[in-house]
Amino acid sequence: MSDRPDLQHVDVRYVAGLARIALTAEEQREFQGQLDDILDYVGKLTELDVTGIDPTAHAVPMANILRDDVARPSMDRDHMVQNAPASVDDAYVRVPAVIGEEH
Amino acid sequence: MPDVTELTLHSAAAALARKDLSSVELCQALLDRCAAVDERVGAFLHLNREAALADARASDDRRATGQIHGPHDGVPIAVKDNLAVAGEPCGCASGILDGYTSPYDATVIAKLRSAGLVLMGRTNMDEFAMGSSTENSSKRVTANPWDLARVPGGSSGGSTAAVSSGSALAALGSDTGGSIRQPAGFCGVVGLKPSYGRVSRYGLVAYASSLDQIGPLTRDVRDSAILLQLISGRDPQDSTSLSEPVVDYAAALGQRDISTLRVGLPKEYFDVEGLSSDVRHAVEAAAKQFEELGAELVDVSLPHTEYAIATYYIIATAEASANLARFDGIRYGFRDMDAEEDGLLEVYRQSRAKGFGTEVKRRIILGTYVLSSGYYDAYYLRAQKVRTLIRNDFLNAFRSCDVVLAPSAPDIAWKRGEMTSPLQMYLADIYTISANLAGICGMTVPCGLSSEGMPIGLQVLAPVLGETTMLQAAYAYEQACGGAWCPPEL
Repeated sequence: MSDRPDLQHVDVRYVAGLARIALTAEEQREFQGQLDDILDYVGKLTELDVTGIDPTAHAVPMANILRDDVARPSMDRDHMVQNAPASVDDAYVRVPAVIGEEH
Repeated sequence: MPDVTELTLHSAAAALARKDLSSVELCQALLDRCAAVDERVGAFLHLNREAALADARASDDRRATGQIHGPHDGVPIAVKDNLAVAGEPCGCASGILDGYTSPYDATVIAKLRSAGLVLMGRTNMDEFAMGSSTENSSKRVTANPWDLARVPGGSSGGSTAAVSSGSALAALGSDTGGSIRQPAGFCGVVGLKPSYGRVSRYGLVAYASSLDQIGPLTRDVRDSAILLQLISGRDPQDSTSLSEPVVDYAAALGQRDISTLRVGLPKEYFDVEGLSSDVRHAVEAAAKQFEELGAELVDVSLPHTEYAIATYYIIATAEASANLARFDGIRYGFRDMDAEEDGLLEVYRQSRAKGFGTEVKRRIILGTYVLSSGYYDAYYLRAQKVRTLIRNDFLNAFRSCDVVLAPSAPDIAWKRGEMTSPLQMYLADIYTISANLAGICGMTVPCGLSSEGMPIGLQVLAPVLGETTMLQAAYAYEQACGGAWCPPEL
């Protein structure tokens, strides 16, 4: 792909869909202008030649760190279920049906 | 009753040790101060009146029998609303966590408890730590104690305003792009962001995991050193925490001969558009103060400074979009029950639409975009490469100096509602953001007042794990300026 992204336009409606956020028409309009401005600004990174530069994911380089594979007590189930917005018999997290829906 | 607006954590600890004061008296005095001013300041979201007094009583009992857990046993502290405290709400000032209580203590909280500190309450913040003014809280307005029409800064604005207004002696905040150091500057207190990995992030609600650090907000440098020592160290629960030994930072404070200190002044930092003349003069005067103390001033260069904000807002939003995916209306907090009949996808979409505030949605969408197919290389990968350049800038600069001086923000705290464009607010983070990208430590100490009478913050930056030198430099400066904590009139 081209090294310089299309900075003209971000499809806010489409990206909000990927992010699982419903937007009102007003929010969509507002974000469209603001995100275009922000992307226009961050486009300044294309001024830099980054050929041969390694990416930094973490500021302090580190290798894999493993713990001993031993069983430990888990968190309190009742507390976890209480934190869910909807539960069944105080024992299960209730979710909308995901089976049998048309897609 | 003590005047809690005059106390520090260490002076309170000394008063407790002399038995001039009990922990219950101290705690009650802080709760009284809070009752007197917090309606106007708005620092707290949740106060633990009964639990704090009970813990204070337990501390007094320990002291009476010579069983204290350390010199700071019985001293109250406030914590930001993104730190997990078992059994307490942990809402990140967001609607999407309404009804949620933490099942466990964050590592920093467990450490404070084991040192006997009393947790007095939870403080306001920009929702999920996204913001520079605390105006993005969905819960309440927090005012700057120096001028109630102005913002306290953010995102740790509640913690900072609590310390500044006298309702708390000290508080914990978190700093992803300046969220401790910028409000500290705006409110005239001391704020420290440790090196990445110095403090465990276990139990800190993640915003941008490669940038987040927990740190103290205090009234002087000594308190900052004390709290840093209490919360630092390797934690098996956070694999990014560093195993290097924790220093007795407070004992080290006066141990540096400042005539051996090389103080770097980055030329790019004084060319920033929007740098106010009051801030410039205050920081230049601070540099002069270091010179009078015998330090050598060194010109340094951080050539990629102008790319820091763009880099940050790509990396931070990308990480945020992934971290905040867990808030889906299923497992914790808020669910839009009306959406259930429309199926699972609508539950996600509507719960997130109604639970998140505007800035959080904006950043999630931006982060989702920069990670999305076809744009990843152009934005995210490129930003990570520029992050390397920014990190190298600091590695190079610290070859010729021990600490770098900078303003904590280009200007004083703005008036509430004045900053209307998101991009405009992002640009004001220019002096704090690079430290998070580079992983280095940084702290803000007060360095005078503007012509409006508002505090100005001086930032002292040091290399990764350079906390001792940074604190020694900040302490020398503070002592040279008189060293006294100066509370605003409220």
